[in-house]
Amino acid sequence: MKTIFAAAITETVAQLCIQANTHLPPDIAAALDRRRREEPWPLAQKTLDLLWDNMELAGEARLPICQDTGMACVFVELGQDVHIEGDFEEAIHAGVRAGYEQGYLRKSIVSDPLRRVNTGDNTPASITVHLVPGDACTITVAPKGFGSENMSRLAMLKPSDGAEGVKAFVLETVRLAGPNPCPPIVLGVGIGGSFDKVAYLAKKALLRPIDQRHSDPYYAALEQELLRSINETGIGPQGFGGETTCLGLSIETAPTHVAGLPVAVNVSCHVTRRATARL
Amino acid sequence: MQYHLTTPATREALAPLRAGDTVFLSGVVYTARDAAHKRMMELLDAGKPLPFPVEGCAIYYVGPTPERPGAVIGSAGPTTSGRMDAYAPRLLDLGEAIMIGKGKRSQEVKEAVVRNGAVYLGAVGGAGALMAKSVKSLEIICWEDLGCEAVRRLVVEDFPLTVILDSQGGDLYLSGPQAYLSSRG
Repeated sequence: MKTIFAAAITETVAQLCIQANTHLPPDIAAALDRRRREEPWPLAQKTLDLLWDNMELAGEARLPICQDTGMACVFVELGQDVHIEGDFEEAIHAGVRAGYEQGYLRKSIVSDPLRRVNTGDNTPASITVHLVPGDACTITVAPKGFGSENMSRLAMLKPSDGAEGVKAFVLETVRLAGPNPCPPIVLGVGIGGSFDKVAYLAKKALLRPIDQRHSDPYYAALEQELLRSINETGIGPQGFGGETTCLGLSIETAPTHVAGLPVAVNVSCHVTRRATARL
Repeated sequence: MQYHLTTPATREALAPLRAGDTVFLSGVVYTARDAAHKRMMELLDAGKPLPFPVEGCAIYYVGPTPERPGAVIGSAGPTTSGRMDAYAPRLLDLGEAIMIGKGKRSQEVKEAVVRNGAVYLGAVGGAGALMAKSVKSLEIICWEDLGCEAVRRLVVEDFPLTVILDSQGGDLYLSGPQAYLSSRG
């Protein structure tokens, strides 16, 4: 049994909020760099260069890469041999509160979806906890902007729709989104599970480094095929035309019901942020 | 083509702009997002004046991050403009000349752009740190209770923008991808 104090969780979450908002993960930065070198359309190349310059400037000036510093989505893998001294969830919220204040990050959360009053400190965080073997506590903060989040979609397809139906739904989602999610986009696709689970799978897919393919070769091939198709739409960076519409696409799957084929597409932009620490 | 423009902008100054052109904008730009637009509509409904002169004005759809001590502004990239579609035609008919944001607009907005000789300019979405470099001063002029959504008066210098909708009905979101795809044959 290992004891982790709530204060350590708060401190860690605060640092992760700032880190995630000012530095892109290495896999996203590498993909952006490669794409800007390979992009054949001049205007698109110029736009990708601007995004690259912006990323570098943000790191140097400690400015957020994007002004929408997002809803703080916090994912915790909690070892079952860990004892938390203090209030676990409150410790996370306190970390978000501190990180968004100290990092000069934007507070974008309203306390009620219809009456819409800003909470003023970007809390509450959206917290997802998984119990895992061992005595470690791994925390990932993935701030999610809503320009792209709003373009996400979910469908309960028929089993007979099959892989073709899934592909058509993903491409339809990309076309409907067009320029709105600030392409180049990053997509997380969930397939299977139930109505609620499939949305979680899509979100979880965005946590995987985009240069890491699905462990099942069938889905790895589907990821590659979808990425190719999306980059043939011509939408391009910012929707101004070009090849680079999508930097990466990851699929997560789960067993599902004999009667169903849920599919969810979580749309993210090139500012796909995540920072992880292990306590 | 590249143009250097200043605000307030006249119809004549905007007339040559075409979808895909680059604009470096200087002068006063007002910030407003969803909540501020809603309040402006309430003022108009009540027959009251808007918080800034609308004739020839530029409105930037942005909610910047808080500025660090000594800095003029934080990150300041555009938000999705479509959420302002319900309000924009009314402001365009009152004289708003330039909308700055990112993303698709409704048919009603496109028609109001043509009808009024206005333009819709795109700022680079997701490049908030870079966009902030062009902002020389910032002043909150009303509705401070809205936080990042409060109306700010910015003075910008050579703010780099791209024409998305022009007064002739041009739309870069249609012509840009088409041009790229036809270049590939």
